[in-house]
Formats: sequence, C-alpha cells, structure tokens
Amino acid sequence: MFELLGIPPQVLMGQLLLGLINGSFYAVLSLGLAVIFGLLNIINFAHGALYMAGAFVAWMLLNYLGIGYWPALILAPLIVGAFGIVLERTMLSRLYHLDHLYGLLLTFGLALIIQGLFRNYYGISGLPYQIPNLLSGGQNLGFMFLPNYRAWVVVASVLVCFGTWFMIEKTRLGAYLRAATENPVLVGAFGVNVPLMIMLTYGFGVALAGFAGVLAAPIYSVNPTMGEQLIIVVFAVVVIGGMGSIMGAILTGYMLGIVEGLTRVFYPEGSAVVIFVIMAIVLMIKPEGLFGRPA
Amino acid sequence: MFKKLAVSSAALAAMIGSPALAQDIAVKLGVLNDRSGVYADLSGEGSVVAARMAVEDFKAADKGIAVEIISADHQNKPDIGSNIARQWYDVDGVNAILDVPTSSVALAVGDITAEKNGVMINSGAGSTSLTREQCRPTTVHWTYDTAALATGTGAAMTNAGGKKWFFLTADYAFGHSLEENTSRVVEENGGEVVGQVNVPFPAQDFSSFLLQAQGSGADVIGLANAGGDTVNAIKQASEFGITQAGQKLAALLFFVTDVHALGAQTAQGLSLTEAFYWDQNDETRAWSKRFMDTHGAQPTMVQAGVYSGTMAYLAAVEAVGSADDGKAVSAKMKEMEFDDPLFGTVTVRGDGRAIHDMYLFEVKTPDQSENEWDLYNQISSISGEEAFLPMLEECDFTKQ
Repeated sequence: MFELLGIPPQVLMGQLLLGLINGSFYAVLSLGLAVIFGLLNIINFAHGALYMAGAFVAWMLLNYLGIGYWPALILAPLIVGAFGIVLERTMLSRLYHLDHLYGLLLTFGLALIIQGLFRNYYGISGLPYQIPNLLSGGQNLGFMFLPNYRAWVVVASVLVCFGTWFMIEKTRLGAYLRAATENPVLVGAFGVNVPLMIMLTYGFGVALAGFAGVLAAPIYSVNPTMGEQLIIVVFAVVVIGGMGSIMGAILTGYMLGIVEGLTRVFYPEGSAVVIFVIMAIVLMIKPEGLFGRPA
Repeated sequence: MFKKLAVSSAALAAMIGSPALAQDIAVKLGVLNDRSGVYADLSGEGSVVAARMAVEDFKAADKGIAVEIISADHQNKPDIGSNIARQWYDVDGVNAILDVPTSSVALAVGDITAEKNGVMINSGAGSTSLTREQCRPTTVHWTYDTAALATGTGAAMTNAGGKKWFFLTADYAFGHSLEENTSRVVEENGGEVVGQVNVPFPAQDFSSFLLQAQGSGADVIGLANAGGDTVNAIKQASEFGITQAGQKLAALLFFVTDVHALGAQTAQGLSLTEAFYWDQNDETRAWSKRFMDTHGAQPTMVQAGVYSGTMAYLAAVEAVGSADDGKAVSAKMKEMEFDDPLFGTVTVRGDGRAIHDMYLFEVKTPDQSENEWDLYNQISSISGEEAFLPMLEECDFTKQ
C-alpha cells in the first residue's frame, strides 16, 4: 500500500475529512463576513462575539426554557440576527458615511463588550451542551470513525452556504442587493427601500454567525472566548478569498480547513500559523484575493 | 453634641479596655490572581472569598491581629503581576501575596517577594521551579505542583495497566514540562511513551490530534494541557468514540470547575489528581457549603489552598508577633505543623514546599452523580512524601 511521506493513506483520508469539517465553520463564518462587507462595507469585528452568542443562546434556550437543539438551530440565529439588527439601527447605521476603519473600531469595541458581559455572568470555564440524541454515535468508515454530528455539520454548512450564494447571485432580491451596493441612490429612486435592505442584510450576516455558534456548541466548549479564538482565522480566510466575494469566502473556507488539517499531520506545530502564511503569500502575489476582482 | 461626645468617649473606653491593644498586629494580605482570563474561575474572586473566610475562622480580630485583604488582576502577564507586587510592597504596605496562578507570573512575584522581604503563599501556580530552580526563602508553595499531578495520575494509570502512553502536549513551556514530568513517572512504573504531538496553544479543534493518538495504539492519551484546551480535547475524544473504544484519557491538570463545565456525561471515567475535593468529609463539606453560599460555585483546590495557606500564615504571624519580617514568618511556617480542616496535616519543607496528601479521583457516571457538582469518586490517596519531588539540598533554607 502506498504511503505519502510516511503517512498511511487511511490517516490522510481521515485528516482530509476532518479538515473539511473545520472548513465548514470557516465557510459559514467567512460567508457572513463577506456578505456584510460586500453589501455594507462594514468590517464586522463583532462576528466572533456573535458566533459565541449563538452558542450561548442555544445553551440558554435549553437550560432556561427547555428548548432543544433542533428548534435552537432556527431560533438562536433569529435571536442573534435580531440583536444584530438592533446594533445596526442604533449604532452602525451612523457610520456608513465614514471610513471603514470606524466601523471596524466600533464592532471591535462591541465584541469586547459582548464577550465581557458573557464572561461576567457565565464565567470562563464554559458550559456543557450535549450532542442531540438523533446525531450521537457515529459511523466506522474503515479509515476513521466519523461522528454523525460532524457529518451533519458538513451537510448543514454546505446547504446554508450554497443557499446564501444562490440567493445573492441568482435571485431578484440578490440583484437588488448588489445593485444597492453599487449605487444606493439610484436603487432608492426606483422605489426600493435601501436602508431596510441593508438592515436585513446585516441581520442575516449576523444570523449566519449565530447559526455557526449553534453548530459549534455540542463539539466545542461553550465559553465566552470561543469566538475570539476563531475570528482572526476567519478574517484571514476572507482576505485570502477576496474581501466581499461570496463564492470566494465559501470555497476558501473549505479549502483552508483542509490545508490546516493536513498541516496537523505533517507539522502540527505549524498548524496555527499556516493560514496566516498563506494569507501573506496571497497578499503579495494577488492582493485582491484568490476570488476577488481587481480594484 | 453631647451624644457625639458620649459615643466617642465610649469608643475610647472600649479601646483602652481592649486587651488586644497592647499586642495589635497589622497584617495586609494581597490576593493576586487572574480575575478575568482563563484562570478566573479556578482562582479569581473565589480565592478572595476563601482568604476572607480564613481571616474569619482564624478569629484574627480576637487575637489582636487586624487583617486587611486587597486584591488585583495580574491578567496572567508577568510584567503586570510584577508591577502590582512592587506597588503592594513599596506603597501599600502589603505583608504577603496569596494565590498567584500562572507559573511565569508566580516566579516573577516570588523574586520580588524575596527582595522586599514579604511572603508569597502560592496556591494557583503549578511549576516545580518555585521550590527548585528558582527557590526563594520567602516562597511557600501550598497546593500542588506539576510533579505531584504527574505522580498521582501517571503512576496510578500505568499501574492499572495503561502501559503505552501518547501525549497531546500544549506547545509551550508548561505543556512540555508536564509531559516531561509524566513521561518520567510512566517509565519509572514500567510503561512506555509511544508518541506525542505538540498542539499549538490555544486550540479549539483536537480531532486531528486525537485521530493520531487513536492510530498510535496507546492505552492512555495523556493531556498535557489545561483549561479550555483540555475541555475541548475531552469533549471531542468522547465524540470520536475514543474513550468508548477503550483508550483512556488522563487529564494532567484539571480542576473541578473544568469537570463541571464538561458535565458528567462527557467527563465520566476520567482520572485526575487533586489536593482537595469539596465532598471528601464532613469538614470539607461544611466549609464548601459556606463558600458556595457566598461565591455561588464549589471551591477548587486552588481556592481551598488559599484558605488553608492563609490560616497557616496567620498562625505563623501570631507566633512571631509581627508580620513585618517575611523571612522570619516563612521560617516559622517551616517549623510548625498545621492541622488543617481542608488539607489534613500539613508541614512546610525547608524549600517552601507544603507537604500534604494528594488524591486520585475518577469522574462519576451520570447515574452516580446526584447533582451538577457531585462529580468525583475518590480512588486512592497519595502521601505527600510520595507525591512531591524530594527537596534539593541547596533549596533547604532552614539550614542556611
């Protein structure tokens, strides 16, 4: 049987699959960022905190109201999305005429505040959240044991990602959105309520973060720093994919998940930085990103 | 006017009449730990609560010792911790610094404490360097160290048949030293280390590394990491069917708050070593209930260690008659024997290492666990002499 650099193919297959699973989280999160940046020109640094909030809302629904995983998968993103809309209306909307940097600073501050509040109320150790019964256990694939829940994560993220891409690139609503990004005044003159559309877009982008949070709750520790650790990587993914490119964010998310997974086999110490190394190379060779349009 | 005068003269009379006046000792204690970061739950405000309880239980006021407690957040950064320690000793007149988790901060504060002739009663940090390579006459290391944890968990699991070990090691000084300590114990007990992987710190996803551990054919996967990393690794090991397939997990630094975060469902069967568990006997239960009523969570061994370390310190201050000379107080602590409600009999060795029993616990199954904090079965106890490393000659400050 062939071996690649001393790694048996079973192990390699396993790691590729795991990379794909991690890539699913990167894809859903970077998609949300790309949607928000592409259509609002806001660099949403609060994305990680809202992802964390999604996981916490799922935990609260279960522990305070007895609402389980499946309803939470719909409800938590709605709640987080609604919260995002409040943020957009009360704060972000005041910054649209200013430089990107102001939006970045505001959302960064918001991220720290949200994280601080959760830490204050729920501590730092994290909270338990079990895998739903329907998805516990797993399948023996011969080369690895695949937990059912992880398989579900891949399926759910692929569905959500391509649904979003389809809506923005292929439907009439998406066409309005893209048009409003190009020229909000003209689109407004045609009778489209542009501020409403922007508000809902932000809500939707944030809801995607909440959705990823619920997906993550059963496998990662639900704790206030879970978003902080992920958000920097996700930003790198967006930069590599090309700021604002929907398809770029999705594909880069999966791709980098796989690259990271392989690094964990060949050179585990480097797995935390490999994405940033790729980011640096991409910025040097193709600054607009792999899927971005040249500015 | 009259009333005011009456009150103040009554107060004056009370002061003159107090037998304590002649021997009033002022003690200022500073609890320096992580109040907002990864160690906030296992030390943090809970350690301040524990220190207050110690002052209360010692009946310091009745013995003419006026104790004041202050606290600060060192944010797990040595520079911040050092600045606070200097200010406390130089400006605020602090006599002793308590807790100090995070080894890098503890080592820095230990040096400053020796320089300023204070006392550091360390409960939160794990590095054995505190009483070895960087031993200081004014350092007392109360609760645990990485060697004791390695001895407890490493020896017990190897002797129970876990001969082949694979380590997931957090890729920084602490993780490497924990792995090294444990490997030594495993090999001494006839086991072998079949592999290890350095995991970047901090990490969310351990599945790749767990799969490598699974493929190694090891009996035991040693988790040489801490806090959220360990929680994630255990959660995912259960998800990937690793524990169900018969490989055992050894958490080498794990606290009751971490187990609580995982829940018994996920953490069941996990072996770990601690110096204290709230549900060990009537005394620990009674104390922990009082702690829980104030703090809202059960105490960790670090918080319990702050309590009993403070009790011991105050006893030494009473015996010396003053808290001003840190060297004298810590020397006195090394002469005394403490009968502690939480840690049993405790002595402090010449190098500052507090010697007491350690315990090996196994996490209960959800069926055995009656409530969210009912988490451990005690498997065995390890005597202090066995658990801690022998003293280095050059660190025996009783002979210098």
